[in-house]
Amino acid sequence: MKAAVVQFPGSNCDRDMAVALEKSGADVTTVWHKDAALPKGVDLVAIPGGFSFGDYLRCGAIAANSPICNAVVDHANAGGYVLGVCNGFQILTETGLLPGALLRNAGLKYICRTVGLKVETSNSAYTEGYNDGAEIGVPIAHHDGNYFADDATIEQLKGDDRVAFTYTDNPNGSRGDIAGILSENRRVLGMMPHPERAFEEAHGNTDGQRLFAGLMAQLANA
Amino acid sequence: MKARVHVMLKDGVLDPQGAAVKHALGALGFDGVDGVRQGKVIELDLADGATEAQVGEMCEKLLANTVIESYRIEVL
Repeated sequence: MKAAVVQFPGSNCDRDMAVALEKSGADVTTVWHKDAALPKGVDLVAIPGGFSFGDYLRCGAIAANSPICNAVVDHANAGGYVLGVCNGFQILTETGLLPGALLRNAGLKYICRTVGLKVETSNSAYTEGYNDGAEIGVPIAHHDGNYFADDATIEQLKGDDRVAFTYTDNPNGSRGDIAGILSENRRVLGMMPHPERAFEEAHGNTDGQRLFAGLMAQLANA
Repeated sequence: MKARVHVMLKDGVLDPQGAAVKHALGALGFDGVDGVRQGKVIELDLADGATEAQVGEMCEKLLANTVIESYRIEVL
């Protein structure tokens, strides 16, 4: 399985993401935001967390219009897999690959701690390693993670079983307690919590491992 | 040509920063502030021949996120 991790100026979880993917068995390349194309044969693009372009204008807005993101959009539209974590989720909503937007946390504070997540669907390459309804702990670290979409979009996401994760105790005001959502073809996942930070024993929690393991299993023959 | 773009969160989108400012005004003794909405102003210095329609495109593509924000263009 070939994966590409995108680096923007201000990305800071790119290495953690690459390590999690490598340790799960992926062949990982990092790509720079100015690159106009992804390496040939890439199955998964991972957009890591951080503060791309200093969060100027809006979180993810400038990254979403960078050359590499045009290639990422093409990759997704051609049926490729894309995982966006934290700032990566913000970037995916800004590109329009995922609906909605991430607003400032309702409590206005930057929040950095492990939160409880409920796996809302095991029907995706990312979540098939978990049981439906399983509760896991995954760290969040964000100031703008308050998921917003209009009523019709929220209903559609729920109706189409595209809510991947919800918070068990909503930390940031997200509508419907939403922590992560899937694209219509279920191959693009955006989530605010960091599964790559709950990966190794040294992290104190390995609940994120199964996300990567499930992805590998699904894409092993791709 | 100069243009000023006003970007505001849409009605119905929670504005926690505006709410915090409202709270702070109340704490300072300013009574009678029923609501505060906080937005941003972007000033553009444009080459001759630029049109308002082009500024509109800039807003749609980058300056505003129309999922959550509305914008108003003021040509100066």
